[in-house]
Amino acid sequence: MFQTRIHGRGGQGVVTAAELLSVAAFIEGRNAQAFPSFGSERTGAPVVSYCRIDDKEIRLREPILEPDAIIIQDPTLFGSLDVFQGLKSDGYVLLNSNKSFEELGVGDAVKKLPANHTYNVPATEIAIKHMGRPMPNAVLLGGFAAMSNQLAIKSVEKAILSKFSGKIGEGNISAANAAFDIIKKNGVDNKKEKK
Amino acid sequence: MLEQIEGSVAVAKGIALCRPEVICAYPISPQTHIVEGCGKLVKSGKLKNCEFINVESEFAALSVAIGSSATGARTYTATASQGLLFMAEAVYNASGLGLPIVMTIGNRAIGAPINIWNDHTDSMSMRDSGWLQLFAETNQEAVDLHIQAFKLAELLSMPIMVCMDGFILTHAYERVDMPSQEQVDAYLPPFEPRQVLDPADPYSIGAMVGPEAYTEVRYLAHEKQQQALKIIPEIGKEFADVFGRSSGGLIHNYNLDDADTIVVTLGSVAGTIKDVVDKMREDGKKIGVLSICSFRPFPKEAIRKALENCKRVIVLEKSLAVGFGGVVANNVMMSMQGTGVHVYTVVAGLGGRPITQPSLINMLLKAEKDDLEDLTFFDLQHEVVERELERVRDSQKSGPAAENILRDLYVGKDKT
Repeated sequence: MFQTRIHGRGGQGVVTAAELLSVAAFIEGRNAQAFPSFGSERTGAPVVSYCRIDDKEIRLREPILEPDAIIIQDPTLFGSLDVFQGLKSDGYVLLNSNKSFEELGVGDAVKKLPANHTYNVPATEIAIKHMGRPMPNAVLLGGFAAMSNQLAIKSVEKAILSKFSGKIGEGNISAANAAFDIIKKNGVDNKKEKK
Repeated sequence: MLEQIEGSVAVAKGIALCRPEVICAYPISPQTHIVEGCGKLVKSGKLKNCEFINVESEFAALSVAIGSSATGARTYTATASQGLLFMAEAVYNASGLGLPIVMTIGNRAIGAPINIWNDHTDSMSMRDSGWLQLFAETNQEAVDLHIQAFKLAELLSMPIMVCMDGFILTHAYERVDMPSQEQVDAYLPPFEPRQVLDPADPYSIGAMVGPEAYTEVRYLAHEKQQQALKIIPEIGKEFADVFGRSSGGLIHNYNLDDADTIVVTLGSVAGTIKDVVDKMREDGKKIGVLSICSFRPFPKEAIRKALENCKRVIVLEKSLAVGFGGVVANNVMMSMQGTGVHVYTVVAGLGGRPITQPSLINMLLKAEKDDLEDLTFFDLQHEVVERELERVRDSQKSGPAAENILRDLYVGKDKT
């Protein structure tokens, strides 16, 4: 089972990101379960969503306590909560920022993770460039596909189209591909086995 | 066809496949997405011959449902939490009148203190109302149970609540095998009401019944539920024949045959417990899970038969009979009379507190040694409770407990 936790703020599409991730996995014939943190969600408030992916039926209903991957949609969360809590020692972290983990003062939290397991991409800027809206959620899923090798970028594209049509769908797809390419260029080892 | 779909949307689509003629509901978290989904299907024309009636409250929602069902229309509504309490009077009327309304409960806690998260307090408050109550373990089962519920309700002329865990199921995206219209049509015949209010052929329903006959009317309500105990497995079997998968029935058994310890539960937490059982069985712990699908009628005999050979039973339930202990546990204890099997009560997951594997394993290891209290509040923060008890002891004007506890928990911590 591969478990991903997504952190962001209300209005950034945190819940939709987990849903899209589950749809992409479903498209690949896998079992997936996405769910929100069930808070009283308000614009700007911290929001968490979760996605489990497995090859067999997923029965577990607890929140994800020990994630294999964490996606951070908003670096301003670092001051207020421990987004890295429970992260596995061989886990992945994808951060929406043009600054590095060190520059943001959280270098220690990720320094023991394996090489090619931590990336930052400026997803909000990419989103504005490709679709004129500061929505980093689907963009980061392109980055997630490149980083984790859990999903093909084609599946992420199909998942995006299942939720967004027309210009927003196309914009999200080109933005997701841009994030995918940035991480690929940074040299991810693609031959690693799937979990 | 397999779909990756939100539980609420899957239920809305499943309801549409049952060809309801009237849907009336008032939105409340976590049920909202279900009625929004139904509304969209009516408005878009995908659900034909169905009227979606907007109402101003839950009391109105069920009252409209009673009216439409009494005129012979297949009728659906949904609610949760305070919404169910607000319709309470109509809940008893619907069953007393024998109207086959199907209602989804997106299970949620009841205030005060206000809490939008999941537990089973709402459904349990209506357990004696005469409605049948079926609990879904997964979103697949939630969809399947609604289809079965219309059939069962109309066979018996009794209303049914299909209960699904709020947020945990209603808001979860997972794989659901959505039935086809042909399958549902083959399984669920058109509604043939037992009683119809018709201006062309007037009669009244809802008579006043005095002491001379009230007991008999109530006895018949009980007798109908006893009939349901026989019919529920039958319609479950018919369902498996048409849809190719088993869903529903009275109880679900998991690894019971050689089990020393059996956990009895309701709803989605059964999945987490099954994962825990698999892990603990690797270490030789003989544990099983029995999840109750039909809480009303309560399958006393089936439960007794499934549990009578184990050493101990743990009822893990998301409800609390304040001043007594477990609601479900009480029913299980009654079923186990004379067997000598000890029944422990574990009250867990109140107001949405996560029920996690590490805590379940700890609890089960204690239970195996019979080192568990008869009534355990799962993951209770004893120190928080103690501090509030101390405040109450120290001052007559200690103030509101909920606010005191929140202040206690958050003082000195960063607010986000």
